[in-house]
Amino acid sequence: MIQLIELTVNGERHDLVVEPRRTLVDVLRHDLGLTGTHVGCEHGVCGACTVLVDGAPVRACLVFAVQCEKTDIRTVESLADADGTLSDLQQSFADHHGLQCGFCTPGMLMLAEGFLAEEPDATKEEIRDVVAANLCRCTGYQTIVEAVDACARRRRAARQEVLGRSAS
Amino acid sequence: MKPASFEFHRARSRAGAVELLTELADGDPKIIAGGQSLVAMMNFRLARPGHLVDITGIDDMTGIEVDGDRLRIGALTTHRTVEKAGLGVLSAAMRWVGHLPIRTRGTVGGSIAHADATAEWCMLAVLLDARIRVLGPAGSREIAAGEFFHGPFWTALEPDELIVEIVFPWPLPPAALTEYADRKGDFALVAAAVDLDRERTVLGGVGPVPLLVDSLDAEEIAAGLDVRDEPGVSAHYRRGLARTLVRRAVAEASP
Ligand SMILES: Cc1cc2nc3c(=O)[nH]c(=O)nc-3n(C[C@H](O)[C@H](O)[C@H](O)COP(=O)(O)OP(=O)(O)OC[C@H]3O[C@@H](n4cnc5c(N)ncnc54)[C@H](O)[C@@H]3O)c2cc1C
Ligand code: FES
Ligand code: FES
Repeated sequence: MIQLIELTVNGERHDLVVEPRRTLVDVLRHDLGLTGTHVGCEHGVCGACTVLVDGAPVRACLVFAVQCEKTDIRTVESLADADGTLSDLQQSFADHHGLQCGFCTPGMLMLAEGFLAEEPDATKEEIRDVVAANLCRCTGYQTIVEAVDACARRRRAARQEVLGRSAS
Repeated sequence: MKPASFEFHRARSRAGAVELLTELADGDPKIIAGGQSLVAMMNFRLARPGHLVDITGIDDMTGIEVDGDRLRIGALTTHRTVEKAGLGVLSAAMRWVGHLPIRTRGTVGGSIAHADATAEWCMLAVLLDARIRVLGPAGSREIAAGEFFHGPFWTALEPDELIVEIVFPWPLPPAALTEYADRKGDFALVAAAVDLDRERTVLGGVGPVPLLVDSLDAEEIAAGLDVRDEPGVSAHYRRGLARTLVRRAVAEASP
């Protein structure tokens, strides 16, 4: 059985014909060619496939694409500018050596992006707790925690500056 | 690992979901909520339902409501929503349920229906005498949590029944849940939850269903456990974990 579905990924609408058993991560990678999202365990443990669905970090291997109609899906491809300039979070990962082989990185970035959007004032301990959701075999996590924390700090400082300016 | 094929259906209402389950009864239908247990099992082909009935579009099954001396939690409420709702032991226990991306999708009703013996929701439901409200072709009925869990992944729920809400007594007593797993976010090796008012304990990971004991005495509870040596986990170790975790839970629940 196949089904016609409409998905919105990174702001772009796609009409697709898929089998209901196709998981979101397979549709992203195989049908849409968005191979930035990685896939590891396919049972929810590693987090390599993490994307944002309506802003919340979600395991794309544990959701069927047919379930994602009428949602706003965001993948790692949405982070950098069209000219390749990295987002602040991506730059922070580069600056703090938050990646080595890079296999976990797209999942880590989307996890952190979703978490910081919800909890902009997260402490370093809270960040450490959240990144434990995804497996990284290379970094030992310390540099990932530092990268996310540094990005959160910079965003807070920028917000303060805007608030300060509008107050004066 | 890819799941076997199935047909996909969307239920728009509670009654619609039950109708679909009844209509498709010969084709091995299954409800899908957050999918955080079911899709993993389908990817492993441990589950191969012929039809999935997606209930996430039913809009009156989400939310938390205090209704006199009862706290009603809609089956589709996510673990994450409860975590942020400031509901004492229920919210505090959510930090033990998987990880953030699991909690943003996984639902209370799904956890109860899935009935893993160490699932936090199953333990909390038994500890606090929750009632599971379900809807079937013959109408709705309520099942006491103490009678709901029959074994791992085996409950009093009929295949054509839908869990609608979980009802806890309100206000909640001073209580706490704590656990141990080798890796953070995994299902617990052993978990303990205590209710100080009624002086009772529920243990997960020491039997096929959450084990209710009328005691808060860690030594006595650990000594009374019927546990066996298993590969990698000796009975001695499990008993030791139970003892420590009951003590910790009592300390955490104490004002
Ligand atoms: C990596 C990982 C770690 C996890 N760790 C934990 C943990 O530590 N503790 C824990 O408790 N859980 C854990 N989970 C599971 C998670 O909590 C699931 O959310 C939960 O078990 C099922 O909820 P769901 O909404 O995802 O249900 P689904 O996966 O959609 O369904 C599970 C089962 O329940 C049935 N069902 C669902 N909703 C209803 C309903 N309303 N009425 C009748 N039947 C229904 C389905 O048919 C299916 O059989 C983990 C999952 C993963 C992937
Ligand atoms: S591939 Fe999805 S969590 Fe591992
Ligand atoms: S950088 Fe290699 S797995 Fe994380």
